[in-house]
Amino acid sequence: MSDPLLRVDDLKVHFPVYKGVVLKTQVATVHAVDGVSFTLDRGETLGLVGESGCGKSTTGLAVLRMLEPTSGRIEFEGQDITHYSKAQMRPLRQRLQMVYQDPFGSLNPRMKVSDIIGEPLVVHGKADDKAAYKDRIAELMRTVGLLPDMADRYPHEFSGGQRQRIGIARALALEPSLIICDEPVSALDVSIQAQVVNVLQELQERMGLAYLFIAHDLAVVRYLSHRVAVMYLGRIVEIARRDDLYREPLHPYTQALLSAVPVADPAVEKTRARIVVQGEVPSALRPPPGCRFHTRCPHTMPQCRTDDPPLRDLGDGRAVACHLHVSHVAQGTPVRIPVAAAA
Amino acid sequence: MDQPLLSVRNLVTRFRTARGTLTAVDNVSFDVNAGETVAIVGESGSGKSVTALSILRLIPDPPGHIESGQILFEGKDLLKLSEAEIRDVRGDRIAMIFQEPMSSLNPSLTVGMQVGEPVNIHRKLPWKAALEKARELLGMVRMSDTASRVSAYPHQFSGGMRQRAMIAMALACEPKLIIADEPTTALDVTVQAQILDLLKDLAQRTNSALVLITHDLGVVARYADRVVVMYGGRVVESAPAAELYARPRHPYTQGLMASVPRLDGNTSERLVPIEGSPPDLARLPPGCAFAPRCRHASALCLSAPPPLREIHPLHQVACVLES
Repeated sequence: MSDPLLRVDDLKVHFPVYKGVVLKTQVATVHAVDGVSFTLDRGETLGLVGESGCGKSTTGLAVLRMLEPTSGRIEFEGQDITHYSKAQMRPLRQRLQMVYQDPFGSLNPRMKVSDIIGEPLVVHGKADDKAAYKDRIAELMRTVGLLPDMADRYPHEFSGGQRQRIGIARALALEPSLIICDEPVSALDVSIQAQVVNVLQELQERMGLAYLFIAHDLAVVRYLSHRVAVMYLGRIVEIARRDDLYREPLHPYTQALLSAVPVADPAVEKTRARIVVQGEVPSALRPPPGCRFHTRCPHTMPQCRTDDPPLRDLGDGRAVACHLHVSHVAQGTPVRIPVAAAA
Repeated sequence: MDQPLLSVRNLVTRFRTARGTLTAVDNVSFDVNAGETVAIVGESGSGKSVTALSILRLIPDPPGHIESGQILFEGKDLLKLSEAEIRDVRGDRIAMIFQEPMSSLNPSLTVGMQVGEPVNIHRKLPWKAALEKARELLGMVRMSDTASRVSAYPHQFSGGMRQRAMIAMALACEPKLIIADEPTTALDVTVQAQILDLLKDLAQRTNSALVLITHDLGVVARYADRVVVMYGGRVVESAPAAELYARPRHPYTQGLMASVPRLDGNTSERLVPIEGSPPDLARLPPGCAFAPRCRHASALCLSAPPPLREIHPLHQVACVLES
């Protein structure tokens, strides 16, 4: 098997919390990302899902090296980029791009669309031939479904969905192999979301792009991802192939998360069993001891309060961090707790 | 059948802006019966929130103005009440829950004072008793340790807890109607489920009607009895929830259903987006607002907005295809 495009190994990103101005002392640490490992192949989409504060966006920013990892290892296209300097990262930026959540904040309102989309080309010295540069911008605009004659307009003249297309065209300019998409459709209206989801799908098929698709919306993630990793308080609690995860979620948190998402069909909703977890996500300043989910888990056992379950490989590309599974897998028969989501 | 609890008739709300007058709510009519949950669904700019605010006359005037229509609640037209009379209705007979629990709570007052305020004002309960009532209400929304929570400030609460406090406040005077404007959009999905389950449960127990304003078709499917679909400031379809999802008749409703990714959808098929963008309210076409994006649009759609017609009992559609 060939090497994965991206390999993240035991990544930790901690943020110190200081008190005082003159005598600054560190009083606490936010464990935003606390030991995350995954791989991503060429042309593949890995969905990274979780609720606010679970560390999914921080993971994305660390992979892009817009944040300095505290420890761990990030390998991209075979290179260990964990501690690359800005200068070292620069050539790699062509291969590693980002699409942001907010289509309003992520485009400079004073730049024309053609300049926004072309900026990466200019920065990387690929705009010397003026005619070719113009053609490339027109081609990029067509690729994402925008009319090239809109090139001289400004971002405010576009709708949210169109702006998100501009952001995608900019990310595509340098022909990346990986695009990190951080909630790319969550700011858009439902009827527009599907447009952007389809654009992302078509581009992947045509150009063999890989996506790290960060989102909280499990239904959107399902349409785009080949595999899905579920995060909770800085950790991956379950990772599996898409259909396995949605058909039979194993971690109690994944089950609760899927159960909480309503299906847009009253007939289906009436028949669904519901798992409602109590309380809210604890603070990443003081993650609970043992399993981080034990404070809300409906299956908590004494062991869960003290022992932190490792992410345990169950085979078939599936791994779960839960004592319910660890203890039984050791005996060779994984116990599958009842499934919440409708098949 | 009895008279509906709330009957909105031909409501028109306009805003004067630098770009001209825009009609945010255009000739909207719908009913809410006692004890039922009605969802108003639509995308941004569809007029769903302005409709909700108009019911309680919370539209800032200027720039907004309720131009015409009737809002009949328990037989009285709320639009004809004096400012003092409508204040007596707000928070007593009709309560409202807003989207952003942080900005709708006063940061400088304790949660207990805010939750107890409605009974202090409307029921003339002295503060000591009102705070005791607040403690009881916080327990009802399943908050633990209510004795210390009443004297806490909103910033000490998490998002979910603030929304629980908002619900407690809304329920304080046992309103007949609760209007919840995107009550869980700002919350995480597991907390969203907790809050909506709680709201629905409490509304049922107190036999309050619930108007749920949302853009989330999943939330509608799970909680609503009846659905009003809005587009471009107008009602385009209205039906019982089961009927609407099984047989959506308006092309916009059909488009919405096809474009929403579902947990149980077929992933080998692409989503079917609605092409184009939502309309600009300042430049609405003279005909059907959805016509520019509609696959079935014909010359008939361009002259005047199609009226809302009843095609089955309780199922109304505003589309020329149905005439």
